[in-house]
Amino acid sequence: MKFQRYINQHTNQITLITAILIGVGLLGKVVDSDMIYTVSFIAASIISAVPIVLRAVSALRFKTISIELLVSIAVIGAFIIGEYNESAIVTFLFLFGTFLEDKTLAKTRHSIKDLTEMAPTTAMIVDDDGNTEKTDVDFVDVDDVVLVKAGGQIPVDGEIVDGSGHINEASITGESKLVTKGTGNQVFSGTILDNGTLKVRATKVGDDTTFGKIVELVEDAQDTKSPAEKFIDKFATYYTPAVLIIALIVGLVTKDFRLAITVLVLGCPGALVIGAPVSNVAGIGNGAKNGVLIKGGEVMNTFANVDTLVFDKTGTLTEGKTAVTQFKDYSRDQLALQIATAVEKQSDHPLAQAVVKFSGDHHIPFEDVQVADADTVKGRGVKATANGKNVLIGNLRMMNDENVDLTSEQRQDLENIQGEGSSTVIVAFDGQIQAILGISDVIRQGVKQSLATLKSLGIKKTVMLTGDNLQTANAVAEQIGIDEVHAELLPEQKVEYVKQFQQEGHKVAFVGDGINDSPSLVTADIGIAMGSGTDVAVETSDVVLMSSGFNELIHAYGLSKKTVINTKENIFIAIATVVALLIGLILGFIYMASGMFVHEASILVVIFNAMRLINYQPKAAKLDPDQLSVGE
Amino acid sequence: MSKAILQLDALSCPSCMQKIKGALEKQDGVENVKVLFNAAKVKTDFDGDKISADKLSDTVTDLGYEVQSMKVK
Repeated sequence: MKFQRYINQHTNQITLITAILIGVGLLGKVVDSDMIYTVSFIAASIISAVPIVLRAVSALRFKTISIELLVSIAVIGAFIIGEYNESAIVTFLFLFGTFLEDKTLAKTRHSIKDLTEMAPTTAMIVDDDGNTEKTDVDFVDVDDVVLVKAGGQIPVDGEIVDGSGHINEASITGESKLVTKGTGNQVFSGTILDNGTLKVRATKVGDDTTFGKIVELVEDAQDTKSPAEKFIDKFATYYTPAVLIIALIVGLVTKDFRLAITVLVLGCPGALVIGAPVSNVAGIGNGAKNGVLIKGGEVMNTFANVDTLVFDKTGTLTEGKTAVTQFKDYSRDQLALQIATAVEKQSDHPLAQAVVKFSGDHHIPFEDVQVADADTVKGRGVKATANGKNVLIGNLRMMNDENVDLTSEQRQDLENIQGEGSSTVIVAFDGQIQAILGISDVIRQGVKQSLATLKSLGIKKTVMLTGDNLQTANAVAEQIGIDEVHAELLPEQKVEYVKQFQQEGHKVAFVGDGINDSPSLVTADIGIAMGSGTDVAVETSDVVLMSSGFNELIHAYGLSKKTVINTKENIFIAIATVVALLIGLILGFIYMASGMFVHEASILVVIFNAMRLINYQPKAAKLDPDQLSVGE
Repeated sequence: MSKAILQLDALSCPSCMQKIKGALEKQDGVENVKVLFNAAKVKTDFDGDKISADKLSDTVTDLGYEVQSMKVK
């Protein structure tokens, strides 16, 4: 066992020595010294055969007929019939090929390695007296408080209990934009504090953190096999022994020992076994680097065939929060907005909060406004006294109740705003309407363009399912150009729609934030969770978009298509190689060494082909100008 | 039942997986062996009363694979 380990660790040196010996042997041929030629090639054969034979034997002990076994038998056979140059070159090519495979495979696996290397290793624990102690991150417990300094990595998932700073969350979201966080905010393990100082109380540590889960998910995903891979695995377990038997039969029938051992070398299933997995590893790695987690080769395959995208509205197509999108000011001096903000400031109604946020964004001063006697009128709005004026803030019903009339211009504005699916807030004082605000869902940036890009990549139909009312749903749909809308649905009705599309023969992907649509995520052929969402969504879905962006959705879809094509290319290359070798063998210009060369070359070709996936980026579709003008 | 995660040097041949899995599963008190080929990790459940974590690591080392680090939970 010690010997085997020693050999394993020194395989590269053995390969090098073999290369030198082969060089010396060839030199021997040039200077016409049979002695140098023969001795060098015999030495090279024996030295380089050692690691291969050892591996073959140890696999055999676990009842596995490995490629090494085929090569070992072939090489020993060649050696016995005195073909030392063939045996030396075959073993050398096999070892050197394995070396190159390792190096190139490492490149395709790089993305996971990068990811795991981003994992935090140490933490500064703050004890009750305020003293800090540096420890290994494994020794941090839930509820410990850790200190993070500028430039440092946050070692746990937790809540900021003291301090604030700018955080780079690229390791979690794939986006390297700095996020400002302060006391009470959640922070994630693996993210980097760009500036500031934080004290963080740990809520999750180690493998339970979001980062730990991402790493685990990607590791598992790269080993989760696609149907093609499963087939090839099955195939390989029978194929390798079959080659052994075929070689035996060929030897017995033709009595040609040379031909039989050549069959052994040519029959190695190299590129075929490695071609499909290497594409998936590269594809999944690319996704992980770009904030897209795809759970394995099978998901990749199914996703590439999806033709119908079904979206949840709130939190997916829209940001899930309301904002003032229309502001009609009839007072002309912003006094209406100042007073409205001062009054609404005291309410936690979502519409009121949208108004306050709007004023904040536009730097409207309202601190000087004196508010007294604010009363909520249920289903109507708020009545208050502010700066000595009787103020009404509410809906049309409130204005009617209080006999405040709208001018025809105002009535028109109101109807326009409502027609867009927005809720309205009317501000009145001095017996007159002063302002009307339209408040609606904020549509995510670039949704329209993204949907167009997805269509150009192969999506046939886009659908929106929502629990919201039809008017709002239609208003959103019109702005983003979605094909089909179904509104006022319960979660189980969403599932029914997904099933219906599937029965119509569509491959359906459901995109949601997972808060109430887990059933749909599971039912659809592909469930896509718009990230930062809930743990449940991340676990039940097939694809996770870490920063919830539409760019990631495009990336994921484009990537899955590219990966599937890449896998097919690799399988084609592998099969073409086998066929070419067979023809070469029949026509008589392929022998052991040249066969091994072609074989190793084909393995490198499929790896290089897969490596193209590492840097894949989708191209954005160009919108035609007509499409842009709709709904604007 | 405890859980052990072993980080190995990069694995290159898919048959390594079967070797490692087979060898560990033969040990008394070892269950649910999972070898992650691309991540070069072995994850396994084991009964601490029947087998020590070090023995797990030794088993893998004896097969000819270097164990870089081991975590036990």
